Amino acid sequence: MDGLIIGQQCTLCGKCLEVCPFDALELIDGRIQVNANCRLCRLCVKHCPEQAIRLQTSASVVDKSEWRGIMVFGEYGDGQLHPVTIELIGKARELAGKTKMAVSVVLVGHDLGQTADSLLDYGVNTVYVYDDPALATFRVDVYANVLTEIIGEMKPSVVLIGGTSLGRSLAPRVATRFRTGLTADCTQLDIKDNTDLIQIRPAFGGNIMAQIITTRTRPQFATVRYKVMDSAVKTVRTGKVISRSIPSDLLKSRLEVVRIEKKDALPSITEADVLVVAGQGVRSKDDLVLIRQLADRLGGQIASTRPMVEKGWLDYTRQIGLSGRTVKPKLIITCGVSGAIQFCACMNAADLIIAINRDPAAPIFRIAHYGIVGDLYNVIPKLIQRIEGSAQYAI
Amino acid sequence: MNILVCIKQVPGTTKVEIDPANGVLRRDGIASKMNPYDLYALETALTIREQHDGLVSVITMGPPQAEAIIREAYMMGADQGFLLTDRRFAGSDVLATSYTLSQGIRTIGSFDLIICGKQTTDGDTAQVGAAIAEWLDIPHVTWVRAIRTITERGMTVEKNMAESIETVSIQFPCLITVDKDIYMPRLPSYKKMIETNNRTITSLSLDDLPDQDENHYGLNGSPTQVERIFQPDDSREQVIWDDAMDDGADKLFTVLINEKYIRT
Repeated sequence: MDGLIIGQQCTLCGKCLEVCPFDALELIDGRIQVNANCRLCRLCVKHCPEQAIRLQTSASVVDKSEWRGIMVFGEYGDGQLHPVTIELIGKARELAGKTKMAVSVVLVGHDLGQTADSLLDYGVNTVYVYDDPALATFRVDVYANVLTEIIGEMKPSVVLIGGTSLGRSLAPRVATRFRTGLTADCTQLDIKDNTDLIQIRPAFGGNIMAQIITTRTRPQFATVRYKVMDSAVKTVRTGKVISRSIPSDLLKSRLEVVRIEKKDALPSITEADVLVVAGQGVRSKDDLVLIRQLADRLGGQIASTRPMVEKGWLDYTRQIGLSGRTVKPKLIITCGVSGAIQFCACMNAADLIIAINRDPAAPIFRIAHYGIVGDLYNVIPKLIQRIEGSAQYAI
Repeated sequence: MNILVCIKQVPGTTKVEIDPANGVLRRDGIASKMNPYDLYALETALTIREQHDGLVSVITMGPPQAEAIIREAYMMGADQGFLLTDRRFAGSDVLATSYTLSQGIRTIGSFDLIICGKQTTDGDTAQVGAAIAEWLDIPHVTWVRAIRTITERGMTVEKNMAESIETVSIQFPCLITVDKDIYMPRLPSYKKMIETNNRTITSLSLDDLPDQDENHYGLNGSPTQVERIFQPDDSREQVIWDDAMDDGADKLFTVLINEKYIRT
């Protein structure tokens, strides 16, 4: 197990006793000793004028039975919970069920309202809440202090963090503090009977998958890709919410968030995750509104084939094809696109291709994963209606 | 300004294959290159140097052949280069890689600013930069898409989040990872190649680092282990519906829910 080592340089100046927020250091028998209160916050390491204190880790295998439970980082920002949190809870419950462990969520932010309580609907056993003005914006050093504190105390076996911009900035700092394994951007997770987490992730741009385990250390950190795991379903509420705080010293940051602006500029079609493509099956420029609406509802962008650009209906920056852009979105829906080779060659690497076309012999159906042989003027309005009728659509 | 850029040599293509005989990556015959995202990091450093003076150093960890990318960095304008190379570094994961780099950085000096690319094209983790910052106990900002101002004490940068742009000010010393397109990387220059032909590249092995404990490096120092690698299964079965027989909109709606593009 990791611990603090007080080196011979120690002059018994007592600085560490002053800065320790947990009363974990004591002067006993003429030397500084570390007691069980230590949370490895390292304030003493930082403040020791003699640099006599360091964090020692052992290469030996940790006692896995001391580390129990699945902890989920609840990502909260801009007044709402990030949906990846519910996906992580869903996966955490599955892993916890297999190993008879509990699921906890750590919710960090300010003015969190009913968010913590609402998480109990998803079968979470404990929600730990850190609500403080100093946590209102994401500052990685302070958020890392919070996570370090709760993990040090609760000793979860697994810590799941969303593979978001925020999560992938935060997770490495915390995992490093515990000198333990971190597997980035996982797309599949399972767990062995001995609580080793089976982590599967893509590498080489998705051309290779790697299965990774953390056998000697705990906790096991994984960041998990957004929109891959199934969201947790609501169940009987049995859990509880616990409010927590950490010493103000650990809320001091070397970062300051000056401003947060919503992105207004639309990403280009080469960057968009979702594209809805208008082809010659669209009969008039005004009808493009249908394609736009569908793109909007799916949080995507409108794109087009070459003829649409030549007619002047859409800007050339929206054109997919050899004379336009090559795209690799997660989802592409082609509407009334026949699928000329110049077009298909520049979009067939998309993760999911859905084609709508009246002609069953259209070449686009050769590369589509899902195809609808039908009139886009019939299919798309109904689809938009269905989406709008559902509780909420994706961001 | 004393700036350090962390760079990595990666395979020249991501279209790699697994040898079915032994289950390892086929690397032979694949040319290597500098991780493309590192070019943006290096360009950022060179641009800052033009405006604020200072020194641009590069560091990489890898086999002796990784010297090639330090030469390339010289051709773009880097002042000095360091190669961390030792058999005992082999098999490093995020933790061991970031630790080794941080030890190397401590050895070669102190820097106001460390810059990394946003990720590599082989490992794709995007997590080594932040881990280096933690080992060095300095603050970091990831996915920086623009640098607003630089003063003696720190800098203000724009950070690219999924749905917002955050303007963040950060104190020196610090680490940033930069997004693609922050600046257009300059091309290596023939003139610089001639100039830097004889410039030394400093090699560092484990014996040169402050922490000599072999258990902290390479496979020993890596808590994660790769159990197996495999080619992804992309044999998705094709489904075609006839709108006249099935309700196409209904079928698509279900597909979009299952694929998580619609939440209910």
